[in-house]
Amino acid sequence: MAIELEPEAGVVSQKANPLLELRDVSKRFLTRRHTTLALDEITINVNEGEFACIVGPSGCGKSTLLNIVAGLEHPDKGEALFERRAIERPGAERVVVFQEPALYPWLNVQANIELGLKIGGQNGAERKRRVDRYIELVNLKRFRKAYMHELSGGMRQRVQLARALALEPRMLLMDEPFAALDAQTRDVLQQELQEIWLRTGATILFVTHNVREAAILGDRVFVMTPAPGRLKREFNVDLARPRSPDSHAVVDLAAKIRTELEHDIYADHYAI
Amino acid sequence: MLFRLARIVLFYVALVAIWQAVVVLEIWPKYLVPPPADVWDSLKDHVDNHQIPDAVQLTMRRLLIGYSISLVIGMVLGMAVGTWKWVEETVGSLIVGLQSLPSITWAPLAVLWFGLNDKAIIFVVLMGSISAIAISTSSGVRNIPPIYRKAALTMGANRFQMTRYVLLPAMLPALAPGLKLGWSFAWRSLLAAELVIASGLSVGRLLETGRDLTDMNLVVAVMTVIVAVGLLADFLVFGRLERWTQERWGYATA
Repeated sequence: MAIELEPEAGVVSQKANPLLELRDVSKRFLTRRHTTLALDEITINVNEGEFACIVGPSGCGKSTLLNIVAGLEHPDKGEALFERRAIERPGAERVVVFQEPALYPWLNVQANIELGLKIGGQNGAERKRRVDRYIELVNLKRFRKAYMHELSGGMRQRVQLARALALEPRMLLMDEPFAALDAQTRDVLQQELQEIWLRTGATILFVTHNVREAAILGDRVFVMTPAPGRLKREFNVDLARPRSPDSHAVVDLAAKIRTELEHDIYADHYAI
Repeated sequence: MLFRLARIVLFYVALVAIWQAVVVLEIWPKYLVPPPADVWDSLKDHVDNHQIPDAVQLTMRRLLIGYSISLVIGMVLGMAVGTWKWVEETVGSLIVGLQSLPSITWAPLAVLWFGLNDKAIIFVVLMGSISAIAISTSSGVRNIPPIYRKAALTMGANRFQMTRYVLLPAMLPALAPGLKLGWSFAWRSLLAAELVIASGLSVGRLLETGRDLTDMNLVVAVMTVIVAVGLLADFLVFGRLERWTQERWGYATA
């Protein structure tokens, strides 16, 4: 195990009932020539109400990890438990917000959000209540009749977020949701996501390669390194919210995370 | 809009004028190339004596029945072919093979199996249009962006919900041209079948009657009706469907 803990990083939380438990999860990918160890014995717990970030460079297996939690992929070794039960298939209690705007162009904003609720079998009144509530929450009230090609990238991600939140999932999985957006939009959405998290108390597992983003958003930040995908370190972040991207504490934390990552890349280059 | 309409009208007026000119120049005898006015009269007569309206009604009924059945069978086949590799390799290859077979070649078999009746004709229509619809459905299914499925899966969609809410609407833009193609294949197969299979007073039968009586006016009048029906279907249904899907889906980035 590659987790090393410093005193300031706190202790891995050992609450009685973590919502998500990953125990020694390993995953290999077979290519024609060789096998890649995408995940090497990852152990992570996420508790109810936590905002957990997984940060690492591309190829460190963080998206694979998220897919395993989503139930889209399965570990080769180890266990992935959600509410103490093995994750077998995707489910609305672990809904995903994707990097690409995974929205349906033939439906307008309102209908896109409502679709998840239809799938979940909610009745008409309940669907309307939730659509209204979450459209409001992501500030898209004026656009409820708009179609996807009429929306900007940032607005589309808001719709995705509203659609996911409307299902009132036990855990929200976010796979680099802001990576394809311009810097200004990303800043705005990071702030909005913090506010939404404060208001809804959702449990979030957020994957990103952006160190600053992880520092702004995470209660706990898991740093992963590639080839093989390992958990290198865990930070417990106890900074007041909402956190501004330019506050000293955030910049400081981002620098620490970056050092962890660079350290590894450095080692990788010169170890031979 | 008015200008466009004027342009279209002008085009057809010019076309009739050229036709009239050919008749006046007497390059071919009148019984082979009838003058527009005589064709118009014949059209009017046969509308007045209900022959054309009745024939169109019968033919359209066959078309609608045949096309509806084709839609159901073609889309089910197409979705199966587009979803499972092994179905593609077996049934899919058969469909592609059958598409190279002109549907009218089924007429002799159809008459032996069903007799000289509607069933035989509708069978020929099915054989003409199912494959076009199936092929475009299967490519529609295959070209659905994987993220659409993934998103629905993580929202907890089951197989039925996936098909109903995601796959069917997602493949509409690819399907729209296929539906139109299937329609035009059905229409052609139907007229060919009606020419060959003598059953009821249909558009095809009316055309055949014109030939038998060397009534070129009637032949051309019926041909005009056939073109008009095709244009009308395109204008009312398929053109709109295509434009709508292009607009709604085309600009959207997946």
